[in-house]
Amino acid sequence: MREAGNLNLHRFAVFTAFCTFLLLIAGALVTSNQAGLSIPDWPLAYGSAFPPMVGGIRWEWSHRLAAGTVSILTLMLAGWIWFRESRQWLRILGIIAFLLVIAQALLGSFTVKTFLDPPVSAAHATLAEIFFMTTIAIAVFTSSWWTSNEPQLRDEESPKLRTLTTWTSAIILVQIVLGAAFRHNAFGIIPHLIGAVVVTAMVFWVVLAVAVRFRKVKALRTPARYLEILLGAQLILGGFAYMAVLSAKNSIQPTPSYVIITVAHVAVGALTFAASVYLTLRCFRLLAPSGAVSAAVEAPRGVVS
Amino acid sequence: MNRKVMCWIGAVAFAALVGGCGGGQSQPTGQEQPAAASAAKKTVDMSTVGSISGTIKLDGTAPKYRPINMSADPYCVKANHGGVLPQEVVTGDGNTLANVVVYVKTGAEDYSFPTPTDSVTLDQKGCMYVPHVVALMVGQTLSVVNSDDTTHNIHPTPADNREWNKSQPPKAPPITDSFARPEVAIPVKCNVHPWMKSYIAVMANPYYAVTDTDGKFDLKNLPPGTYTIEAWQEKYGTQDQTVTIGNKEDKTGVDFTFKAGS
Repeated sequence: MREAGNLNLHRFAVFTAFCTFLLLIAGALVTSNQAGLSIPDWPLAYGSAFPPMVGGIRWEWSHRLAAGTVSILTLMLAGWIWFRESRQWLRILGIIAFLLVIAQALLGSFTVKTFLDPPVSAAHATLAEIFFMTTIAIAVFTSSWWTSNEPQLRDEESPKLRTLTTWTSAIILVQIVLGAAFRHNAFGIIPHLIGAVVVTAMVFWVVLAVAVRFRKVKALRTPARYLEILLGAQLILGGFAYMAVLSAKNSIQPTPSYVIITVAHVAVGALTFAASVYLTLRCFRLLAPSGAVSAAVEAPRGVVS
Repeated sequence: MNRKVMCWIGAVAFAALVGGCGGGQSQPTGQEQPAAASAAKKTVDMSTVGSISGTIKLDGTAPKYRPINMSADPYCVKANHGGVLPQEVVTGDGNTLANVVVYVKTGAEDYSFPTPTDSVTLDQKGCMYVPHVVALMVGQTLSVVNSDDTTHNIHPTPADNREWNKSQPPKAPPITDSFARPEVAIPVKCNVHPWMKSYIAVMANPYYAVTDTDGKFDLKNLPPGTYTIEAWQEKYGTQDQTVTIGNKEDKTGVDFTFKAGS
């Protein structure tokens, strides 16, 4: 039976990951509302903690508030893991998560100081996704499912699903970088379109591999299904988002439809990445590494303290 | 050992990311001497000067604009009863074009010109920039004032000059600055109120004008010579004409016509 303390830790990790997702949306709202430089100073806002809440200031200040909240949550999570967990690598991952959120805050200040220099802004958007991935991983690693004695299965096919899902997650991250670079005017749409084709192919390969090899393994089928649905939604949103971007070129200011569509595209992109990372981690937990002798190995991946 | 190497690689990669991203573009400091300044240059003989004048027109129908949605700031809504139209294309009677910068692009390089001591004012009034387009010389002081009872930020985004972004609460003192290099034209925006857009034209010589709704311009005190006259409009781009004037000649009818579809 699982200890209440560890269940609470897992719940807190899930809550932190959820708040990180909201923070991503808050950041996307800043970009879509062209409010990134509405507060010229950092870390203060117009020389105070509470600037006048008008126009673009509302978006930028809310983003900073959300970032501060997530930083505190991450510090608490890292501390909780450090004092509660016996798995050394997970304790280190908690510290890495905190360092990432600090680095992300500093990168956020660079975006203000460099007047939204495209590479800096794109790096800020990318590190946000890497941090989000880390919070998801912590949530998965602290779950009772991860530490249960569920037997591992053998993946007979090649390439191994572990490898395939890892590559798919990495390619989705690259695709997010390309999207961020386009959104922040670092370069054009073509690399992002090519990325969409590659991601689609990879996701279908993964979904097909799961369906063929592990038809009855719900722990893999369900996240693969979510990944498939999210990718479909993301492709549709991508088309609408591009039309919204083209239409916005003639607008005097961001329209509500432009903001909603582009923010939704960023949010669903993050969820697609999250689903892929989740599936990847499940593959690593459920499937025996290549070269394993036994078809069903009792292999708990963590020790509950 | 391997672990240590991996840690170093990670640290160097992150440092390169953060350091490299921030340092990609060197920004002019704004303290440089104006490019036009040179001891070897001539002064204008005022007994020989003439002028070039004309009218800027739009060929075709000006875009139809909806009133700007200022609901992001209640003050802005209150300050503009009935709504305000964007000033991207403003025409007068006879399809004349306002907010066009007309200036001597080439032909005056051999002359030296003192930097004007008076400042050029850009006001923020009713959550709009007034005037929509301002022109000033290299090194001349720009004074940005806030007549509104709401907070603005002023953010010029030049290509050849130093970028800056400053906040200006209500009743704050004017923000003054100058530009070190000629540039036509520097977009200015307020990120608090994303509809607020303006342009600053920075000139190498004093031969420039910004048209009013009558579309007329008059470039005075030009020494005899051959000049490239350029007209710049924010939506329709630029047009050039080569014009030669003799001693005390006033050349009229140097008109420019922008096509509405271009």
